[in-house]
Amino acid sequence: MHLLVCGGTGCHASASNQLLENLKKEVADKDLSGEVQVISTGCFGFCEKGPIVKIIPDNTFYTEVKPEDAPDIVAEHVIKGRQVKRLLYKDPVRKEVISDSRDMGFYKKQLRIALRNCGFINPENIDEYIAADGYEALGNVLADMTPEEATKVVMDSGLRGRGGGGFPTGLKWDIARKVEADQKYVVCNADEGDPGAFMDRSILEGDPHSVIEAMAINGYCIGADKGLVYIRAEYPLAIDRLKTALGQAREYGLLGEDILGTGFNFDIEIRYGAGAFVCGEETALIHSMEGHRGEPTFKPPFPAQSGYLGKPTNVNNVETFANIPVIYNKGAEWYASIGTEKSKGTKVFALAGKINNVGLIEVPMGTTLREVIFEIGGGIKNGKKFKAVQTGGPSGGCLTEKHLDTPIDFDNLLASGSMMGSGGMIVMDEDDCMVSVARFYLDFTVEESCGKCTPCRVGNKRLYELLDLISKGNGTHAELDKLRNLSEVIKDTSLCGLGQTSPNPVLSTMDNFWDEYLSHVDDQRCPAGQCKELIRYEVVEENCVGCTACARNCPVNCISGERKEVHFIEQSLCIKCGACFEKCKFNAISVS
Amino acid sequence: MGKLKVKIDNRLIEVEQGTTILEAARKIDVNIPTLCYMNLGDMGIEHKPGGCRICVVEVEGRRNLAPSCATDCHDGMEVKTHSIRVLNARRTVMELMLSDHPFECLTCAKSGNCDLQSMAIKFGIRDIPYEGEKSTYKPDTSPAILRDVDKCIMCRRCETMCNDVQTVGVLSAIYRGFESVVAPAFERNLDHSECTYCGQCVAVCPTAALTEVDHTNQVLRALADPTKTVVVQTAPAVRAALGEEFGMKPGTLVTGKMVAALKQLEFDYVFDTDFAADLTIMEEGAEILDRLGKFLAGDKDVKLPILTSCCPGWVSFFEYHFPDMRDIPSTARSPQQMFGSIAKTWFAEKIKRDRKDMVVVSIMPCVAKKFECTREEFATDNNPDVDFSLSTRELANLIKRANIDFNKLPDEDFDKPMGESTGAAVIFGTTGGVIEAATRSAYEMYTKKTLDKVDFEQLRGMEGIREATVDFDGFSLKIGIAHGLGNARKLLEDIRAGKSEFHAIEIMACPGGCIGGGGQPLHHGNSAILKARQKAIYQEDSGKPIRKSHENPSIIKLYKEFLGEPLGEKAHHLLHTSYFDRGKEIVIEADVKEENR
Repeated sequence: MHLLVCGGTGCHASASNQLLENLKKEVADKDLSGEVQVISTGCFGFCEKGPIVKIIPDNTFYTEVKPEDAPDIVAEHVIKGRQVKRLLYKDPVRKEVISDSRDMGFYKKQLRIALRNCGFINPENIDEYIAADGYEALGNVLADMTPEEATKVVMDSGLRGRGGGGFPTGLKWDIARKVEADQKYVVCNADEGDPGAFMDRSILEGDPHSVIEAMAINGYCIGADKGLVYIRAEYPLAIDRLKTALGQAREYGLLGEDILGTGFNFDIEIRYGAGAFVCGEETALIHSMEGHRGEPTFKPPFPAQSGYLGKPTNVNNVETFANIPVIYNKGAEWYASIGTEKSKGTKVFALAGKINNVGLIEVPMGTTLREVIFEIGGGIKNGKKFKAVQTGGPSGGCLTEKHLDTPIDFDNLLASGSMMGSGGMIVMDEDDCMVSVARFYLDFTVEESCGKCTPCRVGNKRLYELLDLISKGNGTHAELDKLRNLSEVIKDTSLCGLGQTSPNPVLSTMDNFWDEYLSHVDDQRCPAGQCKELIRYEVVEENCVGCTACARNCPVNCISGERKEVHFIEQSLCIKCGACFEKCKFNAISVS
Repeated sequence: MGKLKVKIDNRLIEVEQGTTILEAARKIDVNIPTLCYMNLGDMGIEHKPGGCRICVVEVEGRRNLAPSCATDCHDGMEVKTHSIRVLNARRTVMELMLSDHPFECLTCAKSGNCDLQSMAIKFGIRDIPYEGEKSTYKPDTSPAILRDVDKCIMCRRCETMCNDVQTVGVLSAIYRGFESVVAPAFERNLDHSECTYCGQCVAVCPTAALTEVDHTNQVLRALADPTKTVVVQTAPAVRAALGEEFGMKPGTLVTGKMVAALKQLEFDYVFDTDFAADLTIMEEGAEILDRLGKFLAGDKDVKLPILTSCCPGWVSFFEYHFPDMRDIPSTARSPQQMFGSIAKTWFAEKIKRDRKDMVVVSIMPCVAKKFECTREEFATDNNPDVDFSLSTRELANLIKRANIDFNKLPDEDFDKPMGESTGAAVIFGTTGGVIEAATRSAYEMYTKKTLDKVDFEQLRGMEGIREATVDFDGFSLKIGIAHGLGNARKLLEDIRAGKSEFHAIEIMACPGGCIGGGGQPLHHGNSAILKARQKAIYQEDSGKPIRKSHENPSIIKLYKEFLGEPLGEKAHHLLHTSYFDRGKEIVIEADVKEENR
């Protein structure tokens, strides 16, 4: 019997480490070490309900497990074979208890290729990776294929870059392969920067060898003997596991000189990023690795022509690499059979926002937004109404009800005014104000612009200021015109992908929620009741019973009234925090 | 590879592979506006970061607009440079740039000579629709360069000059996004950095983010003070460029008009730095022969090559970057400082004035000279040998302020004795000139023969690094020449590695030498202007009756009356200097924190 304990960053933060220790101790105390193995794995993806403990072979899925639950799990489940009911998952919509993860809505529609080993193997043990067909692809490629043949497999698979651009991976490899040079490089982009997205981190934490194996294959294909992983320094656990994995791979002769006796040399170094969003752009990433200021340069030259230290360089992101070994093991044809016509395979999304099942999911391309949000995601929190979903990270667009049945792939998302990006997916409900949402994302891009080109450096700042003006009720139609013109010019003239997409949240919310903008401008009203400058909390006299809950919870003491008498909010002091509204059980506080 | 057919604004043109849209358009006189772009063709400097986005054009089939400066043409390309989409984008980008720029045009040092202002005029900008926060930074005044980076538009030209051309590495973009700006690391002040004050950043700055420190008012005050005798000296490169400030063609020599203007400005004595350049040759030439003689005699304590030392930017450069080699350059002071030293001793005695009652002003093509005259070693009892150094641009400004119609001035002559000079001194103004002047005198001193022909064509030119051999009557003198500090670095690294075979090397900090100095009229990246100035310099030289420094009668007289022998004791005190390891001077981190508090 195996007890799999999630060792991802999220569960780690909720004491899964202690839980792991406690389980090991319980197992040892009960003299079960011979039959029961307690294993720390990578992320299961269901972070909403972490820490997770999964029991193999019966697939029992325990959620929100605390360190002090260890004795119960061992005494009840392991020894007596009785599930610990209170730790089982309860479906928020169907209200039923589900014990087998395969029956959970969250996992039913998923197809885990990139995440295949996350939550399944111990990422710190290369033997477990090898047992799961690890390094088989590398072995076969080195033994049986020419670089050209090996590259063709990736081309035939139809895999496209998962970092945001969606450029055909095989083609990228082929371009780098064909350039002649004395030195080439393979770079893994692990500078994951989209707010809320953490698939790359999870893969490196949960299955670092898949990335190492893929990079080595890539090195063989393009003729590079050096690989670099550019990873955010804020990912200590991922860095640790990657370092461990690199050490083990070298020890097993899977990295280094004369790999598997084939004469192929390849090794990998780690480079740390300091958390600049724009360093996820490949030219900026390369400049950062070279010790220069992390800012993009004009392409061409593409990295495949002149990249790291001026040498041909192939840059792919973590998720892209994680798909590679499986493509070789199961064949390009198999991979190309998954997904839509132009987007093959699966995509990992980080589900966040006002959704029941927050976490990391992987679905075949072509799955609809509705399936993702309402089936896998379990619908909107607290029974609220779905309003929009923002895909593609900070520069993605906000899609609405009418886009819910669109099959998700690179081209459809682009056509709908959003993008795939690296797979962030943030769900919003009726309480979210779309002007504020746009302003929130602009705040991020203003912060993360490198400052090199004028439209991004100054334009995004001005966009933010215009949105701020409107959200405070000080905008006019002139500001709305400027907002649109400026957005279009920034998209049209910016140097890199950051500026070319940063106005998307503005344009998509203007296109899909124009009425909301008009309310802010014409009526100085925020329909969602979010823009503080535009709302007013008032006591509804006929509903107020004088329970004093609002007055007791007001942080600025601006509510007065005796017990059992109608209360009163002093508007000049109110900071519009909404505490009274939330605490009132009698619908006696109105927002207007 | 075949030619590419490209259509620009419906006009067909054939261009070579690798031609950018901007270059192609210029071939058919379609002048796409540019702001950050800079091309110093002959110097091999092309700066096209694609940052300002003013030069964007529409390319058929392309999703977004293309920066024409950085986008190569491809066959069958169709480009529109003035479609409504392009014009709107360009204008919006311009408005954005102006929305983060101080509205100080009326009082700005660059008003009338500002690329941003010209562009705003060209675009017909009448209001700026985008209001909001402006980025502000602390101002920085150094002895030579003023940084007012609120006016920085992030064109990054200065960065290219400072890092790629000069390899000084002081200026780079710091901070991010809206706050980003070009500054020394940690936003230190320039005088707490390794800045050499070469002024090449100032020379290419499109706005007034980088300007020279203005000393014109101090000079006007000195001129108005009846107790002061004000002496002015003018560097050779000034006369070949000053006319440009008055609408004359580049390369117009205005020596006589310049002297006339200075007299109208009521300087008491209008002298020539060229006089001191001849003096420099006397000392430096003697030093070359002295070191060469000892070296050839097998003296192991003597090092070769000997390096020239008239350029203050270059002197600071090796003091910061090659302090271990500071015994290699000549110890001769620069002509500016030799002039000041002699003016406040020999000449002061002649006119019976105390040095404290004398004010020495220099007119220089240079920004670093402002720093040089503040160096402690060039002062006696806190009284500097040279009080103020003005750039060519500042002199033009003074002339304009004094209502002088420069173009109509008659030619006048320098005063004597310190206005007398030779052709050898004039060519100090261009790269290769100092070493040619030294060669003319050293040859005659070494061989005791008279030169048939004083022109050493092999030392002339514009290539960044040049080498030549001069036959000294059987002995081959190997000469190296570098201009631009990046080129100087290469020669110095060779010397450090023991790979250099030169006997003497001339180094000038600025590309082109003083004609391309940081204090000259702005050439806006047009290298043809530098060539015209260089031509003018050689023209002045060939027109001079005396063309060898050691034949200058006033110089001969100076040695006879006052100095004695070159390299003699008096000359040693007044005309030579020593160098410092200035790397040690740079403030440590704690000071930086203090400074920024």
